[in-house]
Amino acid sequence: MAVALVLLLIVVASLLFHWLTPWWLTPLASNWQRMDDTLTVTVLITGAFFAAIMLFLIYTVWRYRHRSGQRAAYEPENPRVERWLIGATTVGIVGLLAPGLAVYADYVHPPQDALVLEVLGQQWQWHYRFAGLSEKAGAKGSERLGGTDVRFVAPDNPFGLDPADPAALDNVLVTGNEVHLPIGRPVKVLLRSNDVLHDFFVPPFRARMNIVPGQLSTFWFTPTTAGRFEAMCAQLCGVGHSNMRGFVIVEPEADFRAWLAKQPTFAMALAARAAAPRSTDPLVARGGALAQSKGCVACHSIDGRTIVGPTWKGLFGKTETLVDGSSAKVDDEYLKRFIRDPAARPIKGFAPVMPKVDLSDAEVDALVAYIKAQTAN
Amino acid sequence: MNSAVLPLPGDDDSSRARALSIGLWVFMGVATTLFGLFLTAYVMRLAGGDSTVIALPPQLWLSTALLVLASVLMQRAVTAPPARALLAQGGLCALAFLAVQCWAWLALQSAHVVVAGNPAASFFYVLTALHGLHVAGGLVACGATLRSDDPPRWRIALCARYWHLLLAVWIALYAAFNWITPDVARVICGVPR
Amino acid sequence: MAYVDAADHLADDAHAEPRSFLTRYVWSQDHKVIAVQYGGTAIVVGVVGLVLSNLMRLQIGFPGVFSFIDAERYYQFVTMHGMIMVIYLLTALFLGGFGNYLIPLMVGARDMVFPYMNMLSFWVYLLSVVVLMLSFFVPGGPTGAGWTLYPPQAILPGTPGHDGGIVLMLVSLVIFIVATTMGGLNYVTTVLQARAEGMTLLRMPLAVWGIFVATILALLAFPALFVSGIMMLLDKTLGTSFFMPALISLGQVSGHKGGSPLLFQHLFWFFGHPEVYIVALPAFGIVSDLISVHARKAIFGYRTMVWAIVVIGGLSFVVWAHHMFVSGMNPYFGFFFATSTLIIAVPTAIKVYNWVLTLWKGDIHLSVPMLFALAFLLTFVLGGLTGLFLGNVSVDIPLSGTYFVVAHFHMVMGVAPLLVVFGGIYHWFPKITGRMLDDRLGQLHFWVTFLGTYLIYFPMHYLGVLGMPRRYYNYENYDFIPASAHMLNVFITVVALIVGAMQIVFVFNLVWSTFRGARADANPWRAASLEWFTPHTPPRHGNWGAKLPVVHRWAYAYSVPGARADFIAQNAPPEAGGFEPQPHSSKGTAS
Repeated sequence: MAVALVLLLIVVASLLFHWLTPWWLTPLASNWQRMDDTLTVTVLITGAFFAAIMLFLIYTVWRYRHRSGQRAAYEPENPRVERWLIGATTVGIVGLLAPGLAVYADYVHPPQDALVLEVLGQQWQWHYRFAGLSEKAGAKGSERLGGTDVRFVAPDNPFGLDPADPAALDNVLVTGNEVHLPIGRPVKVLLRSNDVLHDFFVPPFRARMNIVPGQLSTFWFTPTTAGRFEAMCAQLCGVGHSNMRGFVIVEPEADFRAWLAKQPTFAMALAARAAAPRSTDPLVARGGALAQSKGCVACHSIDGRTIVGPTWKGLFGKTETLVDGSSAKVDDEYLKRFIRDPAARPIKGFAPVMPKVDLSDAEVDALVAYIKAQTAN
Repeated sequence: MNSAVLPLPGDDDSSRARALSIGLWVFMGVATTLFGLFLTAYVMRLAGGDSTVIALPPQLWLSTALLVLASVLMQRAVTAPPARALLAQGGLCALAFLAVQCWAWLALQSAHVVVAGNPAASFFYVLTALHGLHVAGGLVACGATLRSDDPPRWRIALCARYWHLLLAVWIALYAAFNWITPDVARVICGVPR
Repeated sequence: MAYVDAADHLADDAHAEPRSFLTRYVWSQDHKVIAVQYGGTAIVVGVVGLVLSNLMRLQIGFPGVFSFIDAERYYQFVTMHGMIMVIYLLTALFLGGFGNYLIPLMVGARDMVFPYMNMLSFWVYLLSVVVLMLSFFVPGGPTGAGWTLYPPQAILPGTPGHDGGIVLMLVSLVIFIVATTMGGLNYVTTVLQARAEGMTLLRMPLAVWGIFVATILALLAFPALFVSGIMMLLDKTLGTSFFMPALISLGQVSGHKGGSPLLFQHLFWFFGHPEVYIVALPAFGIVSDLISVHARKAIFGYRTMVWAIVVIGGLSFVVWAHHMFVSGMNPYFGFFFATSTLIIAVPTAIKVYNWVLTLWKGDIHLSVPMLFALAFLLTFVLGGLTGLFLGNVSVDIPLSGTYFVVAHFHMVMGVAPLLVVFGGIYHWFPKITGRMLDDRLGQLHFWVTFLGTYLIYFPMHYLGVLGMPRRYYNYENYDFIPASAHMLNVFITVVALIVGAMQIVFVFNLVWSTFRGARADANPWRAASLEWFTPHTPPRHGNWGAKLPVVHRWAYAYSVPGARADFIAQNAPPEAGGFEPQPHSSKGTAS
């Protein structure tokens, strides 16, 4: 009796929970209503089977619980019942699969006139790229994105764009994790990575796909609601995986164009590189080279941006607050100790994901000199 | 280390023979699956576009012939006397096979075909190493059979059967190295030119 | 081979000479001892996995409070928890533990057909566990790549344990695969060749069928893990590029080029999907026997149940890429794999119906094993149904990589089979030890474990629908996640800690009852299957005494009309009736 009652309570509570739950899909902000509809159909069909099977089970447990003098029936098989059950199950399965595959057929066929956005996933930040603003009649977006190769990747060229490719020069490069999109226009997202697997997932858009280094992957959607949406990385990509938050701003076409016009192009990035002042101090130069080769620049910028860790611009001489509430002055000693053991005294406001990197004493000195040089005196 | 095992049902030679025969068939299924999966991976990787055909060292002709000879000798050991001697000769041929395979590796090394780099080379080394390990394992079993002065016919038959599998796998590998070039792999995987 | 002449042995047996402690309990070739060795090792390593999961939950429920759990450690816990539970606990326990103990006894054999290799398989398994645990002590610690070990990140800086940790993990898996192959050869050959007279394949209990088919799956699927493991080892140690494309990670150029991360995923999941059935099929078989015995009723549709196990096993090889719907593979594969995945739901559903129909019109004793069986039905139905969401490709797209997946696989692979493990242990404990497990502790263990795991994993599905991704160290930054979701995480953590602690009660019950439990008679559940009819309880060396049993009927002769008792033993004389239903008749009758 008690057992049947508890099982009944669980089943009823589960169904009630589903009806009342505060945790369900985020409001849809894209054209993939049919995905949500198929989810609803699935919930209904599986919910019906769950309720039917469980209520029958509960009744059985109650009705046929052992009482003295009782004896079980003997019915080892019943092919007719089994055939009927197979039939009903198959109907249920088809009822689920048909709408699911129909939606999927749309999912794998992006519209021809979609705006092409390339998303670059990198440990642990997002970059975005659009083809240039000049309209060329008949040219598809993806053909106007310049070619890339891993050997060109550098801190100021995370995509690895080929400087010799004319199609690359007017590509619009967006850094800083935030991208804008025009409302109501289909977007075909090209996904690229130069390091490890990632996944660009914005739950209100529903559509998403893994990013695989060495190939391109793609998905498409049409943003239907204006707003600011959080993007997450949804494929484990190392210790900074939960820190890869991006933003997608959906806005009217005119606002989008205005924003796009303000973003730098690859040509401008190349020009900035040529004009950058070079330090004459060999120790500082060595530190700069190490900052690139050891990967520091993946998380620390020198222009004031916060990527994953604090920017080195103005860092030396600052007073940092640590997680335990105390404060520390960023001087030579502090930097040397921190680089050697990043986990020892984590800084407030930053995720403690900095890895320990193998460095000789001379290399640490060079890095410290380079970091010092980023504070204007 | 023998905690005395009680006789199994119908515990005579024939029941033991049947058990080992079934066990060997199952193991052969596992080994076939292993090499089949490796060959599938080989085709998929070669379709990727960055591999070049390697010139297979001529020693492989010799090693193949030795393995064929081993199978022939072992098969004859099943039916015709002197069973033990023929089995031993088959085993020696297999040992020679392993030696020639190592020689082939040395030849490739001196031609600067190393394991890292060209995936065709990587697979060549991995697949020949794995096959060689299976041959070595078979030699252990063969050696155990040879410990008795008059090994029962069914044990020799099991050795022979395993050797035929090793030969079949080797021929499949050799054929794949020769004929599944990157172009063929791309056709199989449906990769557009 | 240590296969000694028959004549020597009959002498041994008759005089019961004392043998050394070492040959009886350590280097034993007796399947019963090996089974306990496997089971004990699996449970110990499972407790390690349980502690790791509690540590993970501490971080998710109370982020930042436990400062020793930084991001690196968190991902190491996640990875080791997953690998330990799936491979070193569940697979080893079902095949090496239950398989070793039950198969010879249920088919009427004296032991496995290759006892020496059986013994070796345990020690090789133990070696694989030691190698895995060693990875906690190497520089860099164990790998934190997730139990799926995806390249390229698994062997690159940026992922914890990318040096010694991942190498030891892969070596441990290779060693485990050798152990499983040795054991698997035994289980398959024993079932095919060493059955007692009269024990046809279609008279074997479903527990044997489940373990038998699962073993075949293991023999054919583990090679795929072996292949991918070897290739990843070479990518790491020799610089090959099987899976590694040209890449530059954290500023370092890796030196590889041309490899395909998706190749690893195909190989891994070609293993990984059959692996879940390697865990599930023995559970299906065992629960069928638990339900049948404790409801005093023949399993409904025995032949259909056998057919379903075989078909599920076969189909399990053609559904793997439903784990890869959003992987970036050729999108057209999605159509095929969604279809094959939903087809496999049909034989699985039939098994569920047949379990329920076995209970229908039964005589249901709510013993502890039966309670676990009922809990299995609820949790497996729930977990199986959520699988339909994930198998339907377009529904999977927003759910993949979220807590919906985590909740699904825990429910269907963690909770449901584990409930069967517990039920099976409570059921066969009197056979193994001659004593009963304490009933009140069993009830306590059952209710807390069942209700606790349901409370943990049922609500978790909804966090996944909301869009919370899995394998996140910290969720505090994300605005779309409401505060109530963080509260739910706290709740789940607290329940998980309670359920974790409750397992201590189970382990205590196991140990205490082995030495002080109430003495059981030879067949306390009045079961009909052959293993309960050994001349001694616990069974002695050789299981059956001087003469092997002869079997005259199937294992499910319960409540046969006209029979006096409500069960008829498998080896009772033919005059007792209770034969299995013959083909093409709708009702079996005593003939």
